[in-house]
Amino acid sequence: MTILLSLAYLALFLVVPPLLPGVVNRVKSRLAGRQGPPVWQLYADLARLARKGAVYSRTTTWVFRAGPVVGLAAVATAGLVMAFGGAPAALSFAGDFVLFAYLLGLARFATVLAALDTGSSFEGMGAAREVTFSSLAEPALFLCLMTLARATGSISLTGMLGPALPLAWGHAAPALLLCAIALFVVALAENARIPVDDPNTHLELTMIHEVMVLDHSGPDLALILYGASLKLFLFGALFVRLILGFSVQGAAGVLVFLAGLVGFAALVGIIESTMARLRLVRVPQLLVGASVLSAFGLVLLLR
Amino acid sequence: MLFVILAPLALAAVAFAAPSQVRRPLALLVGGLLHLAGVAFLWVTRPAPALGGWLEFDPLARVVLPMTSVLFAVCAVYAQGYLKRRPDRDNRIFVGGLLVLLSAMTVVALSQHLGLLWVAIELTTLSTAPLIYFDKTARSLEAAWKYLLVCSLGIALALLGTFFFALAGAGPGGPRSLLLADLTRAGAALSSPWIRAGFVFLLVGYGTKMGLAPLHSWKPDAYGEAPGILGALLAGGVTSVGFISLARVVRVCHAAGESAFARDALVGLGLLSMALAAVFMIGQRDFKRMLAYSSVEHMGILTLGLGLGGAAAAGAMFHTVNNGLTKGVLFLAAGNLHRSYGSKRVDDVRGAARRLPISGPLFLAGFLAITGSPPFSPFFSEFAILNGALGGGRYVVGALFLVFLSIIFVGMGATVLKIVQGDPAGAPEVKAHGDSWLTAAPPLVLMALVLLLGLFLPQGLKSVFDAAAARVGG
Amino acid sequence: MSAWTEMVFILVVVLDFFLLASSRLRAVIRAAAAQGALLAVLPLLLATHATELGHVLALSIGAFVVKGVVIPWLLMWAIREAAIRREVEPIVGFIPSLILGGVGVALAFAFSSAMPLPIPEKHAFIVPTALSTVWTGLLLVVSRRKAVTQVIGFLVLENGVFVFGLLLSDFMPTMVEAGVLLDLFAAVFVMGIVMFHINREFSSLDTEKLSALKD
Repeated sequence: MTILLSLAYLALFLVVPPLLPGVVNRVKSRLAGRQGPPVWQLYADLARLARKGAVYSRTTTWVFRAGPVVGLAAVATAGLVMAFGGAPAALSFAGDFVLFAYLLGLARFATVLAALDTGSSFEGMGAAREVTFSSLAEPALFLCLMTLARATGSISLTGMLGPALPLAWGHAAPALLLCAIALFVVALAENARIPVDDPNTHLELTMIHEVMVLDHSGPDLALILYGASLKLFLFGALFVRLILGFSVQGAAGVLVFLAGLVGFAALVGIIESTMARLRLVRVPQLLVGASVLSAFGLVLLLR
Repeated sequence: MLFVILAPLALAAVAFAAPSQVRRPLALLVGGLLHLAGVAFLWVTRPAPALGGWLEFDPLARVVLPMTSVLFAVCAVYAQGYLKRRPDRDNRIFVGGLLVLLSAMTVVALSQHLGLLWVAIELTTLSTAPLIYFDKTARSLEAAWKYLLVCSLGIALALLGTFFFALAGAGPGGPRSLLLADLTRAGAALSSPWIRAGFVFLLVGYGTKMGLAPLHSWKPDAYGEAPGILGALLAGGVTSVGFISLARVVRVCHAAGESAFARDALVGLGLLSMALAAVFMIGQRDFKRMLAYSSVEHMGILTLGLGLGGAAAAGAMFHTVNNGLTKGVLFLAAGNLHRSYGSKRVDDVRGAARRLPISGPLFLAGFLAITGSPPFSPFFSEFAILNGALGGGRYVVGALFLVFLSIIFVGMGATVLKIVQGDPAGAPEVKAHGDSWLTAAPPLVLMALVLLLGLFLPQGLKSVFDAAAARVGG
Repeated sequence: MSAWTEMVFILVVVLDFFLLASSRLRAVIRAAAAQGALLAVLPLLLATHATELGHVLALSIGAFVVKGVVIPWLLMWAIREAAIRREVEPIVGFIPSLILGGVGVALAFAFSSAMPLPIPEKHAFIVPTALSTVWTGLLLVVSRRKAVTQVIGFLVLENGVFVFGLLLSDFMPTMVEAGVLLDLFAAVFVMGIVMFHINREFSSLDTEKLSALKD
């Protein structure tokens, strides 16, 4: 029964993600005083892109075509070890959070390779920046997960976000709070949001993620956009489960989870509207700061 | 006892308020003389502790307070001549600051409460930092900033150490107080790890104020750029009361049973200071900075004596007095030289013995005294320390002591002889600033005292030094 | 009550990290002011039935006024006079400072659990927070180039010592605590005056310019 429920959740996982960037954009528009695009805009965009044909540059090879596919596959597989709603994950084993982190890393790697494959210096520059910032965000992510593991006594994502979590909040609240803040910063960094990267900019000086996917078109671009929304969904799920300290089961759990996700997206939107993008040299400081914060949380738990 | 503290403060207030530039230095003179009278009174009458035991004229105070008072009084006379020659500079802050410094130094000398001690030491830093900038040059500003920052930093660490000591005394059966009498009485009841940690921080903090290596970085700059009279008071007065504070801290350590730990640290730092001073003294081109390194060296000697204990500690107490008075001579004479030649660099100054017939030879005599030549008093105090080292079987320490002293003698001698000997013709000259009675007599008086103490040390004084060393204990 | 106190200590340490990482001078001054204000609240939070309320209240108000209001105002005036907005890249860079600060905090927590307190603990976090803040202040003074940041480092160091002093507030005479606060105020005041002169003389508060004196 649990497997069926998990698979149902997985179906949820495949359908809900494009909603999140829509919520973010809607919040940003409303805060700017505009009406803004509808929340399901991304679904329409994906459908439109899927109908189009793709254009491939003559300088690219199979790597360029494989990039979006591998990226999406990796992110979707990462979703298997992540717990949604109130239920445990479809797959869980000791140390699965390492697999989670590295599947996301694989997706990033595929995108970067595809960008480098175009042979354009523009994409190469974006790839270099992306890789640098991710290498700084990774310790932060791992320290967060280690703090969580220490607090809940489990080294599987399902265990970390499962019934032990409310108890952990009871006795280790400050450490988990620091962990949550650091995790949020990592989420912003990994999903190329302000203050790390501006998803709306098209200036060479300021692009990181956008520049890598500049050459993709048609169905490939649809795969990339969908994959990006899946990644945002995964980080959102992690953050929401951490904050809410889930113990609600069944349908009510799903509703609470969805509400939490919408809240997460709204928070991202608010931050995007109120902050400016950091100068590129400041981003490492932000990420190291997040690492230090989660390390401090870990120290608090180790005393 | 409160009189010696409050009188200078009252006069400082007068000095700050007084509108007349010309008459203000008189406040210094009055303050110095009143203070001297007060201290003499204390010496004779042996009063009981005041302010509930917070202030006491104990043996350590007996060592340092009379010397500081004499130094200040002599400097006050010098200041009359000095300030008259600098009518362009507003001396309100200078005069007021010096009087506040006197008051603060008195409190440090008399204080039996570690917290009060700390407050007073911080006050010495704050009252003298603006005075370093008296010349209003870019270099003196830089020196003032470094002095202020490094000393305040050290003092903040000393506060942490004081708190550690308070914590050590806070346990069950502990004295729960920062009064030295209570802390030493409690002895073994004090918590060991906290005493050790506190000692480290207090050594760093008060060591910075004294100018021990490696915390001495502010000294060459501050002493190099300060006016001669301020240098005399800093090198002779403030470092000496800093040493007394350190001695009081060590007393608590001995009582708590941490003697071995404290001793090693003190001997090590003492030798390090002497070594560093020796290295930097060689080839020094600026004679005021040279004097600063000499101060570092002597702080090292004092710390070494304190660390060796016994007869060497008594020698260190005697040396506090000798060092203070001799530094007074050296800095005042250096100030005269600087003013007359318009420069502090060895390249510019020569033939001082001829151009300044009193200050020049005094500088030479001061050099001989400070490097430990008989019949001047520092010879006897340094000899006592050496005796203590060899007598206690610390042959390596004694040998190093002698080696460093010799290197310093050679290094300093080269600079001093270059300045004093030779023909002053061709060297830059500021005609108006030759020797005058007010600027030459004070260092002469101090030199005479140093000679006198060397030739004849009254038994009364000797017993004070022994009592002070015994008071520290261990 | 204990949860709030724990929050305050953690916030103090988080502010330490912020001070190490930030280069915007106004933000740094505000963070130091916030830290001072937080510390002023601590004596009230740690007060038990045994303590005299009047004494604690006076200390809190005094600390708040000096650390949270007067000194930050003085520093803001200083940077306005000197017209500087940013710290230049320090001798130990921002990221290494942050990492050193993190290591220092970890060591402080480790050290404090190794040193047993002779009195019953008021709160387990006092000693580690105090040591972390002292370490942060020391790092700031030693590695920063602008004079204003060095003064802020001194202020943060004194904050750390203040936190440690909270352990002893039961039997520390009021006069000494008042004296400590007054000294802090006077020290920063004098530093402000000297900074004013430095700015006038060198047209900058960059202490790299103060390097004429050396052997």
